[in-house]
Amino acid sequence: MEHIIGNISVLTAAPVLNLGLLIDGVLIGSIFALAAYGLALVWGVMNVKNLAQGDFIMLGGYITYALGRYGIDALLGVPVAFVLLWAVGFVVYRLVVRKVITRDLFTSLLATFGVAIVIQQSLNLAFGPDTQSAHSGLPDWQFAGGLITISATRLLGFGLAILLALAVILFMKNSRMGQAIRATAQDVRAARVVGIDTEKVYTFTFCLNAAICGAAGALVALVWNVQPFFGTTYSIRLFVIVTAAGIGNLPGVIAAGFGMGIFEQFGGFLLGAEFQQALIVLLLLGVLSYRQLQYLRVRQAVQ
Amino acid sequence: MNPTSRQALPFWLILAAGIAAPFLFPSYSNEIAVLWLMIVFASTWDILGGQMGYNSLGNIFFFGAGMYICAVVQIGLFYDVGMYTAGSRTTHIVFSTAQYFSGFALGIVAAGIGSAVLAIAAGWIVFGLRGPYFAIGTLGLAVAAAELTASWDWVGAASGISMPVFPGAPETQKLFFYFLLFVLAFALLLFLRWLYSTSFGLALNAIRDDEEKAEAMGLHTLRYKRTAWAISAFFLGIAGALFGNMIGFIEPRDIAFPTTTFNLFMVVMVLLGGKGTFWGPVIGAVIFHTFKEVTWTYLLGWQFVALGLLIVVTIVYFQQGVVGWLTEKYPRQFGAIGARRREAEQPALNAGLAPQVEGAE
Repeated sequence: MEHIIGNISVLTAAPVLNLGLLIDGVLIGSIFALAAYGLALVWGVMNVKNLAQGDFIMLGGYITYALGRYGIDALLGVPVAFVLLWAVGFVVYRLVVRKVITRDLFTSLLATFGVAIVIQQSLNLAFGPDTQSAHSGLPDWQFAGGLITISATRLLGFGLAILLALAVILFMKNSRMGQAIRATAQDVRAARVVGIDTEKVYTFTFCLNAAICGAAGALVALVWNVQPFFGTTYSIRLFVIVTAAGIGNLPGVIAAGFGMGIFEQFGGFLLGAEFQQALIVLLLLGVLSYRQLQYLRVRQAVQ
Repeated sequence: MNPTSRQALPFWLILAAGIAAPFLFPSYSNEIAVLWLMIVFASTWDILGGQMGYNSLGNIFFFGAGMYICAVVQIGLFYDVGMYTAGSRTTHIVFSTAQYFSGFALGIVAAGIGSAVLAIAAGWIVFGLRGPYFAIGTLGLAVAAAELTASWDWVGAASGISMPVFPGAPETQKLFFYFLLFVLAFALLLFLRWLYSTSFGLALNAIRDDEEKAEAMGLHTLRYKRTAWAISAFFLGIAGALFGNMIGFIEPRDIAFPTTTFNLFMVVMVLLGGKGTFWGPVIGAVIFHTFKEVTWTYLLGWQFVALGLLIVVTIVYFQQGVVGWLTEKYPRQFGAIGARRREAEQPALNAGLAPQVEGAE
């Protein structure tokens, strides 16, 4: 308890630290928002809740790390992870997700959890259980007498995340495929009636989601670190974000992504880093309870 | 054979096998003891998942809670828990025989009751959630428990607790824990056989089939759901207490609340054997545990990858499970195992048709 109060007084004594945490939170939140958008996309279009989402992120991160080990600049990892994860998404879709789309939601949840375990354990075998990060040779900038450090990598990651998000949003709005995806999300049967190949739309959506996760993972490896078993926490974070915002509420998902990033930075600073994971999970329980209370008034269950 | 003795036959076989196994295969007695634990896992999961239609991903919470409650009781009766966990690295604390057994017995009782109480409390949070939200909510509960325990110094935080040492020879210890786990599994099976034959069992099935309708018929569904979860938690808590003492060292993330191993195994075992059937979880547990031990012996590091693949294959391609598959394929011979009660309820429907098996909700 004492160190929490101590940390709060540190924050009030040096307000500029708040700014530093806020900037970090926004930078990291942009990555969350990106991956949460992918989750909301798959959730909304094909009604599959992908528990392997966080592990796709880790896979993207390890691709970047592996590139860095072979002397290729880690920044190249972003497009490479995007393309490779597209392929991984395709394989997972064909072998697993396609078979469970029409089944109940728990089946898809469990099947993707199984995929998550395969990815986790394979990464563990390939790279070992230590945390790793990729480095690009960019400088750090310091402000306010060294209290705020903004690394160029983080800033660049932020820029890339925004760029990617914009590209995806524009794509969904304007392209033929984007329109087909949105039509399928609204009503699968009607989409089929007007001649949309929904099978193709599903494949594309899942691949796009995996690719987005791959790029997000590359950014995670750049600005943070990756570890084979961090994936589950990422999945839970993304679920918190999407559940809190509600699927189909795109601006909400992005806002909640940023909110999550900021919340984590402050929470981690106040309580200590060892509580960060617990904090995320408690937030999940909080959000679910809140949703439940919301529905209680109209006597419905959260489903 | 008359129907009653045909029903009782599997129980006699299990009893005989359970008693004979450690003497026939003494070098495998630990593995077989874990098999009984797996049967407890699968059967308790099936109370909610199969019979009631609530797919929990967090039942491991009660296993870990029981483990820690038992440990705290065992140590707390005679020493200060905080001191014990802090000093276990440097000082070796010995429990006398009387201390060990009295603490252990009390710990088991406390673990069962404590876990059941926790289930009732947790029911307030999670039972308003349906379908996948329930699964994610319960998963969150288990992960939260693991993380909070891992940062709670009083119970040893992430480095865990060394349990009191069994006062006796290693061989006696092996047999002691083997029979405790066997008795637990056997008692659970008998209890469930009885439970599913009461109106309580029917109420659970009604909730699975249509919760709104069940409520409209006047069932207090929340009360049934909470009781069912508390029953499941009671047995899981005791299992946790036994397993913690059996391996002698407990730790939050990989032993007490292993969300990606035991926690997932229980679901997979039930699906593999046949969800919502009495013998399905038992058969699933036997197949899965054998597969796990064989892959452990021959694949080592790749074991978990193989297990993950087995999980995916089971869920995607074989969801009706062994018992479900048998009832579909040979309804005459095996229909009675999987859908005996349904058959009794709907004699007209089963006159010429194969009984429908509940694969997915």
